[in-house]
Amino acid sequence: MRKDQTLGEYLQSQGVSRRGFLKFCSATASLMALPPSAVAQVAEALATARRPSVIWLSFQECTGCTESLTRSHAPTVESLIFDAISLDYHHTLQAASGHGAEAAREAAMEENEGEYILVVDGSIPVGNKAYSTIAGISNYDMLVEAASKAFAIVAVGTCAAFGGIPHANPNPTGAVSVSDIVTGKPIINVSGCPPIPVVITGVLAHFLTFGTIPELDAQGRPAAFFGQNIHDRCYRRPFYERGQFAETFDDEGARKGWCLYKLGCKGPTTYNACATLKWNAGTSFPIQSGHGCIGCSEPNFWDKGSFYNPISAGMWGSRDALLGAAAAGAALGVGSAIAARARKKKAQAAEEA
Amino acid sequence: MSDLDAIPVSAEVTTGNVEPLLHEIRHALKRLAGGEDGTVIDLQRLPLAPGEEQRIEAVLGEGEVRAEINALGPTLVQETAYPGVWLITHRNAEESVIARFIEVTDMPELLKSQRADIESGINKLESELADSTKKN
Repeated sequence: MRKDQTLGEYLQSQGVSRRGFLKFCSATASLMALPPSAVAQVAEALATARRPSVIWLSFQECTGCTESLTRSHAPTVESLIFDAISLDYHHTLQAASGHGAEAAREAAMEENEGEYILVVDGSIPVGNKAYSTIAGISNYDMLVEAASKAFAIVAVGTCAAFGGIPHANPNPTGAVSVSDIVTGKPIINVSGCPPIPVVITGVLAHFLTFGTIPELDAQGRPAAFFGQNIHDRCYRRPFYERGQFAETFDDEGARKGWCLYKLGCKGPTTYNACATLKWNAGTSFPIQSGHGCIGCSEPNFWDKGSFYNPISAGMWGSRDALLGAAAAGAALGVGSAIAARARKKKAQAAEEA
Repeated sequence: MSDLDAIPVSAEVTTGNVEPLLHEIRHALKRLAGGEDGTVIDLQRLPLAPGEEQRIEAVLGEGEVRAEINALGPTLVQETAYPGVWLITHRNAEESVIARFIEVTDMPELLKSQRADIESGINKLESELADSTKKN
């Protein structure tokens, strides 16, 4: 797609009919979690949309976010959206390397100053900036420079959004998130380890369509995808309401598909769209596959205790200790209740630390 | 698959969302019959348990019209057993489902020939005729 072309002109030049374009718009509106009634508005906006420049920086990351995106289940729509943006720098995907790649990044930043979208995956080490460098430039310096000239920044993945696994205790590199460094620019956090690919594309599609950033939640995440917690959208929720829980991964409750809350599911405290958008071409999501949500789209998810302890145990110390305290309480009266409260306080203090 | 089938996992899970959805369709159909605008429901936005989408399809059944559109991959437009209720499944070129909608309408917009395509068709036909005139 040429830079002077609108998306509508580009699609027409590729032989895409108006009917095909409307189908593309329907799928894109669905991607953006817009109501189906918004398709006409999306079509009007996309037909005249021009190709934005995108610079993608990868810092302390595992490439899982890029893997997630490139294995997205909707290649037709995804590839059209990717044709519709100018991905000027992505050191994992681009053919150029070394000085050529860095020259492309610098040229894109100059040509599109104040207009490009900066996508970042991975956290940034500030304990010692030399822990992670690209072409001899520290992640910190590259981020500060690229962010200063960007229109907006999309922090893709929990590492970029909240520090993620590199930030986990004991955080040997002094890893921080994009928003710990960049101020004065809109930052969209697309968290998840990795994020749902259509959520990444949905955010890019929103920018492409409307030229604005989407409505965000308190954690800076697009409200359309992170506005509700997994628990509220989970198909196993009725079992929770009825108190029907799997106690182990192979008991009768597990086989009957009952709620995984007691096996550590973090659905009630995790905001993401896994329960509706699902993964692998809409095939399933962790809870549907029999494993509780680990809360990977939330800050500090790696440091919130075992993935297999119920949320209630995380708040009150270990479940066994609480049950023990309750049993002792029956025999010893108020003394053990005080001890349990002390354990709760200690657990909360550890959580806050 | 036979090994997996042997694992005794029950799939009789329900969100309780199927009946409300069917009532939503009934209400939309009444509005349509009363001369009001149609309704589109995005099936990807609803939390549904495994098997519930198939249950919705089974309840809605198949009606008289079934059309396939070939534009950026196949799209199946199926009128259900309830006239005015259409199930639309968009697939990409690799046949993966990219979006699914229930449309409550007289005729899904996508089935109609689009004005821009008609105009482009006129140009194409005129060009064909001009070429054949030259050859003759």
